[in-house]
Amino acid sequence: MAKTIEEINEKIKKGKAVVFTAEEIIDYAAEKGLKKAAQEVDVVTTGTFGPMCSSGAYFNVGHSKPRIKLGGGKTTLNDVPVYTGFAAVDFFLGATAMPDDDPRNKIFPGKFAYGEAYVLEELVAGKDVKLSATAYGTDCYPKKTLETYISLKEMNEAILLNIRNAYQNYNVAVNLSEKVIYTYMGVLQPKMGNANYCSAGQLSPLLNDPYYKTIGIGTRIFLGGGIGYVVGSGTQHNPGVKRTDGGVPKMPAGNLCVTGDLKMMSPKWLRGTSYTGYGVTLTVGIGVPIPILDEEMLRFTAVRDEEIFAQVVDYSESYPQSIPGSIAEVNYKQLKSGRITVQGKEIPTSGLSSYLKAREVAKTLKDWIEAGKFFLTQPAELLPSVDSGIVFKPLKERPIKKG
Amino acid sequence: MQKKRIVLSYPPHLVDQPVISKLVKDYDLNVNIMRARITPKEEGRLVLELTGKRAGMEAGFKYLSEIGVEIQPLAQDVKWHEDRCTHCTACISVCPTKALDVDRKTMGVSFKRDKCIACELCIPACPYQAMEILF
Repeated sequence: MAKTIEEINEKIKKGKAVVFTAEEIIDYAAEKGLKKAAQEVDVVTTGTFGPMCSSGAYFNVGHSKPRIKLGGGKTTLNDVPVYTGFAAVDFFLGATAMPDDDPRNKIFPGKFAYGEAYVLEELVAGKDVKLSATAYGTDCYPKKTLETYISLKEMNEAILLNIRNAYQNYNVAVNLSEKVIYTYMGVLQPKMGNANYCSAGQLSPLLNDPYYKTIGIGTRIFLGGGIGYVVGSGTQHNPGVKRTDGGVPKMPAGNLCVTGDLKMMSPKWLRGTSYTGYGVTLTVGIGVPIPILDEEMLRFTAVRDEEIFAQVVDYSESYPQSIPGSIAEVNYKQLKSGRITVQGKEIPTSGLSSYLKAREVAKTLKDWIEAGKFFLTQPAELLPSVDSGIVFKPLKERPIKKG
Repeated sequence: MQKKRIVLSYPPHLVDQPVISKLVKDYDLNVNIMRARITPKEEGRLVLELTGKRAGMEAGFKYLSEIGVEIQPLAQDVKWHEDRCTHCTACISVCPTKALDVDRKTMGVSFKRDKCIACELCIPACPYQAMEILF
């Protein structure tokens, strides 16, 4: 018998909802059978904790006396620039921004020791950061310079807004060249000396609802240790990729745009992160509850690592030159064993997404639901799925006419 | 037989002296040089694995101290900041000695100091600055 979100919420309210994590449900479904498990279980919680570059936040810091218009000037937090193209005291922080005087890759490979992702972590930890600004001054906003400490609790609004998070599956990166390369997939040793993957696999949110049958605009989630919401599909959302018979994408596919109040979040689940030779990024903890509305949803959430496949991609040539192609296909059970075999060569593997922390996210969300502190939502719209006709387009460069 | 991993710091005037060969010939120690950084007129730093009899080891250390070489156990120079580690396992595939290892059941990372040879491969691999080598 099918369930509704309202029925599940009623059970959560009474403290009677049956909740499993996406890891626990695997054995339970195998033991009870899909039908019985689907009847008994109300919610399966997922989790992921990995680097997600397209993350950011917007702030309103309040008006100074006299007033200042940050737009058109230059504003920094701890010397890292933010974007001010809004009204007077609103600005947007992008997680990968770095200080103007960071040497980048001038001395290769750069360390990228600090950037906005770290500022975000410090703010969420309750620390003071330095807000500096220069402005051009107007009749209504005469102040031209600003230098002050500020903390999260002093701001009017501080809202995380991540435009591409929680990727449904990802590439496995290797390096076919003769020299070490430094990528967003980590340090890759020459001649396939290592292989790096980045997904929580069987615990990952969108791999547990592969056709987005329950996740959509307004879905309430665990975000950065607090409560957040799905804004919609993230940028580059690409549902139309090859899938297994079970519906699981075999390469990067869908993803989420998410938002939430930073004042409720924790530095444990929003971490400043540095990839040598690449740059700064933010590691984000996200957990999505999957309502077990019917047997099909139970089957989706019971997906195992060995049923989730990823493509092994060369990051020395294929990826940077935008040459499509996969060297091999491996599953997450193999990846998590620590070794995969590609073209007859055994390669040690490393994760970039923490499975241990993903498990903790899923467990925390489960605890919240069991304690009656977290309720499920009916999305206003589901995410675009395989029938959406979405095509992921490359950029076609067109020459600019001179003169 | 004893095995010890140590870091030696040489003052500038000893950089051109054959210290290691004395450890081998006079004190019967088996020396494995794991890392070396010697800057003429400044100082030298060596990471060694020494194997030998207890008496030889003690006498060798005495000799080093007498000529002004500072000795530290290697363990002090390598730090795993557990609070910064997210257990992502990025370091696991590059660590040559399994000093950084992962329990495949919990997927938790651990650091076994005595296996570390201070090769520093984990330093650029760790995105969270959880590994630090004061060398």
